[in-house]
Amino acid sequence: MTIFIPTPLRTFAGGQDAVEVNATTISEALAKLTETHPELRRHLFTAEGKLRAFVNVYFNDEDVRYLPAKEATAVTAADTLSIIPSIAGGWTN
Amino acid sequence: MAPLTEPIPLPELTTDELSRYSRHLILPEVGMEGQQRLKAARVLCVGTGGLGSPLALYLAAAGIGTLGLVDFDVVDASNLQRQIIHATKDIGRKKLDSAEEKLKALNPALNVIKHDTMLSSANALEILKDYDIVADGTDNFPTRYLVNDACVLQGKPNVYGSIFRFEGQASVFATEDGPCYRCLYPEPPPPGLVPSCAEGGVLGILPGLVGVIQATEVIKLILGKGAPLIGRLLLVDALNMRFRELKLRKNPECPVCGLNPTVTELIDYQNFCGIVPEAAQDANTKNGIPQISVKELKRRMDAGEEVYLIDVREPYEYQIAQIGGKLIPQNDVPRRLAEIDRNREVIVHCRSGARSQKIAEFLMQSGYPRVTNVAGGILAWSDEIDPTVQKY
Repeated sequence: MTIFIPTPLRTFAGGQDAVEVNATTISEALAKLTETHPELRRHLFTAEGKLRAFVNVYFNDEDVRYLPAKEATAVTAADTLSIIPSIAGGWTN
Repeated sequence: MAPLTEPIPLPELTTDELSRYSRHLILPEVGMEGQQRLKAARVLCVGTGGLGSPLALYLAAAGIGTLGLVDFDVVDASNLQRQIIHATKDIGRKKLDSAEEKLKALNPALNVIKHDTMLSSANALEILKDYDIVADGTDNFPTRYLVNDACVLQGKPNVYGSIFRFEGQASVFATEDGPCYRCLYPEPPPPGLVPSCAEGGVLGILPGLVGVIQATEVIKLILGKGAPLIGRLLLVDALNMRFRELKLRKNPECPVCGLNPTVTELIDYQNFCGIVPEAAQDANTKNGIPQISVKELKRRMDAGEEVYLIDVREPYEYQIAQIGGKLIPQNDVPRRLAEIDRNREVIVHCRSGARSQKIAEFLMQSGYPRVTNVAGGILAWSDEIDPTVQKY
């Protein structure tokens, strides 16, 4: 499946805007992503291994938090995951 | 959906207005009644910067009757790459005065209300209460949460836009049945983990794209036409020119708009976002890191001391200006610790002192016994020591 990496996190993913991983569930996909790019881990997960509250992960166009099986949801190669961190910019002094 | 406001009676259009808005009047979705609704509408723009510039200009052009602007800043040369409501002659001028002049030149009938202040928990409800819709064009997390909570508490739609580098987000929050910003992001990121635009840069055109999306949503809400961005987060990727849309849900456990809200009045948003007020800290140390002024640093250099200065900015920033530090960009520091001598006092600097503070804290946590941060960084050096060092 394809995992879309947002601009603020691309430095921690070798500058890539998308990463392909082979996985059967959402949690496996995220585990593979952070294995390949270990610097992403602290940006996505707390020390206890939970997804951080200011990072949203979308399975296709749906928030993972609202899926019945959440991170255990099965995925196929055609699915996408999008990481959407909060950004504050706009006025930008 | 139904129009936002039902003022009775709607204001009549003058002869001048009938000709000015003729291209609206012949659109069935606007028409005479829609244009009258725009004239009756009161919209508050928080910020007259990157997003606020196109927002305010288009709303003024479209015939919004009353436009409130909140800003306390003055125009800086580095704003002009994107903040198109301001011009070169306005550098040093209050953004509110500069914006008002352009808006009134575009549409003299517009009623501009200037709020020359920083939106805060103390004044937000008072400022917002006279408006129908709020458009959030701010640049920091505390104000984002403040605007959101104030909108939820007063039942006013919050037309949201945000940008970073080449990427933008837009949505409509805090409508009666829709989600709010806190449903999307219950908590802000800790300070320092997400770079600001001042650090990360932004494509000047991007706030134009996103601000115009916000203006469109404001107009649609007033007219009650079309499908607003409620419950949808629009993502704009300007580099690949791709627009995507994600579903947003109202969180029943949301602390401000959920079924059992715990936030029922405005809170201390600086504190909520983990920002410690300057006054509460020892002026000479910040989070345990000694701060050195540029004057003291220069004095030590002039006295012949070989100061051990590390510059944690990016190589392209180093090309613009530097003050003799060894360049190790902040994200390279963790894997280049071997290059930094533990036995010396490590003095770290960046552009403003913010990034270097984070890196100084990281070095301290990594076991460096003596780490000092240069307060104010390159900007202070240029202001106080050597104006030929280019500010950016």
